Amino acid sequence: MFDLDLWREIFQSINMNRTRSLLSGFTVAFAILLFAILFGIANGLQNTFQEAFGTDANNSIIVYPGRTTKAHKGLQVGRRIQFKNEDREFLKEKYGDKVQFITSKVNKSVNASFKGEKNNYQLRGIYPEYMFIENNEIKEGRYINQNDLKHKTKVVVIGKKVEDELFFKETAIGKYINLSGIQYKVVGVFTDDEGDSEESIIYMPITTIQRVYGNNDLVDLLHLTYNPEMNSTEALAFGVSIEKSLKEKFDVARSDQRAIRIRNMAQGTQQVDMMTTSLSIIILVIGFGTLIAGIVGISNIMIFIVKERTKEIGIRKALGASPRSIVSIILLESIIITAIAGYVGLLVGVGVLELATPVLKDYFIKDPGVSNSLVAGATITLIVAGAIAGYLPAKKASQIKPIVALRND
Amino acid sequence: MLEIRQLHKSYPIGDSSLHVLKGIDLSVEKGEMVAIMGSSGSGKSTLLNIIGMLDEADEGEYILDELPIKNLTEKKAAVYRNKFLGFIFQSFNLINYKSALENVALPLYYQGMKRKERLELAMFHLEKVGLADWAKHLPKELSGGQKQRVAIARALAADPKLLLADEPTGALDTKTSHEIMDFIQHLNDEGKTILMVTHEEDIAAMCKRNVRLRDGVIIEDVKVEQVRAKLYV
Repeated sequence: MFDLDLWREIFQSINMNRTRSLLSGFTVAFAILLFAILFGIANGLQNTFQEAFGTDANNSIIVYPGRTTKAHKGLQVGRRIQFKNEDREFLKEKYGDKVQFITSKVNKSVNASFKGEKNNYQLRGIYPEYMFIENNEIKEGRYINQNDLKHKTKVVVIGKKVEDELFFKETAIGKYINLSGIQYKVVGVFTDDEGDSEESIIYMPITTIQRVYGNNDLVDLLHLTYNPEMNSTEALAFGVSIEKSLKEKFDVARSDQRAIRIRNMAQGTQQVDMMTTSLSIIILVIGFGTLIAGIVGISNIMIFIVKERTKEIGIRKALGASPRSIVSIILLESIIITAIAGYVGLLVGVGVLELATPVLKDYFIKDPGVSNSLVAGATITLIVAGAIAGYLPAKKASQIKPIVALRND
Repeated sequence: MLEIRQLHKSYPIGDSSLHVLKGIDLSVEKGEMVAIMGSSGSGKSTLLNIIGMLDEADEGEYILDELPIKNLTEKKAAVYRNKFLGFIFQSFNLINYKSALENVALPLYYQGMKRKERLELAMFHLEKVGLADWAKHLPKELSGGQKQRVAIARALAADPKLLLADEPTGALDTKTSHEIMDFIQHLNDEGKTILMVTHEEDIAAMCKRNVRLRDGVIIEDVKVEQVRAKLYV
């Protein structure tokens, strides 16, 4: 199948019939072009979705305490649920591997000042793991660490906006910031690509905040990320399970909607997943449709080619060509035309996407692109498509009777 | 070298069938030059097609060089055609996008010969028919006589046991016809066995034996005094 002579035969035949080859290639090129563009646009839409959901770990679950709305086990309605440090340990122990990162959080609002500048910010007491849950990036310095936690050090990590507003052009690292009358050393500045509001926050070790504000072990809420290997259905079930075990722990009625609430990102993820899945299915169907149209087109032209070459095939057979060699000529010709034309279509499609990227951005299509694996997949598909398109005509060609082909008319 | 016994062939036409060959017996020795003659519809082309393994008989025996030709698969038929037979057609049947040299080399390609070797051998045969200078030309750049000579070179390339010619001069003018016949006679002089279908009496007269068909049977089979084509050239 791979001897040089056969290839020479095929390229000679393609070359001698350039218009015909170009025409048949055009269908395929166009089909692939459409497919690449469609696929790129779908990709772009998907990117837009993902961006809309931000870079917060999209596997996070937040647990909020509230007040009971139902009497349960002899306890009154309106009882306030209060989480403590132990609740974090409780979840961590109970769920082990299912929990990726977990932090408890204390939220305060503080007046922060540095030299003459003052402003009001949100203060959060957190565990070091929180950095991964929020997907913060350290611009300068460091994040809260285990050592801070252990020694209840008076350090803070501030958002970039806080630095901009209080420290102007100076670096905040190493300076002391005044929060409601107490001085804290700034050890780090972080950025968050969700924007200003997420950067107007000051982080402090949870142990410090608990000691300074009331010297207790109370926490406002629990924030965790589930093991990313879970799919969204598993993750949803996991959220329900957390809710259930906490309700048991706090003697809350199961049907109580307010006492303990769960916000599970898996819900949104599941919706996005469903959306993108259905989008990819639509794209695949359309893509396959165009590809099949291309195959049919090429098959048609190959049948025409075989008809046109009946005499030549007859001559070849009279001279001793085996049916197999006839099949390989037609089949390979079809594969080569399909592969080359398809590849050209793919390149043009990728080029068009590349050019259109800035324009498409206005239509909620971000970074439309075709991945390398898709290109590889498409190449294989094209070869297979060429083989399918060429098979029937090739079979037909091999069945040509030389006696019919050589009739003198 | 060629034995045919009680060969029958019919073609279906609608519901009935047309009995084209009605029991042909023919035996050809090595080195003979036989003209198969007859009017159109006499079955002469069918006979040649069967001998050329392009068609298969319904009944009867066909033995080529002690090899019974029967129930051939397509593949086997292709190998036999390539090895044993050389074809010369009335309409030349050259492949129009291949040069004269490549056309001649084609049967050698199907024998699996290496490119360099087969082009050399093809060149040798082109020289033999006097067209070495035209090796790179496409068929459309050649005259009728030149085309037929390329076709003859191609038929000879694989060194077949038997040369089959179907009206080899049918598409040529008289002068060129005689040149081609002169050439074919030379091949016969060198020992090639030649079987030729023709309806032209003067061409048949240039062979050594005339077999005449009518309505699917042989009505005459005579050895003739060969007229040398050279006299007319």
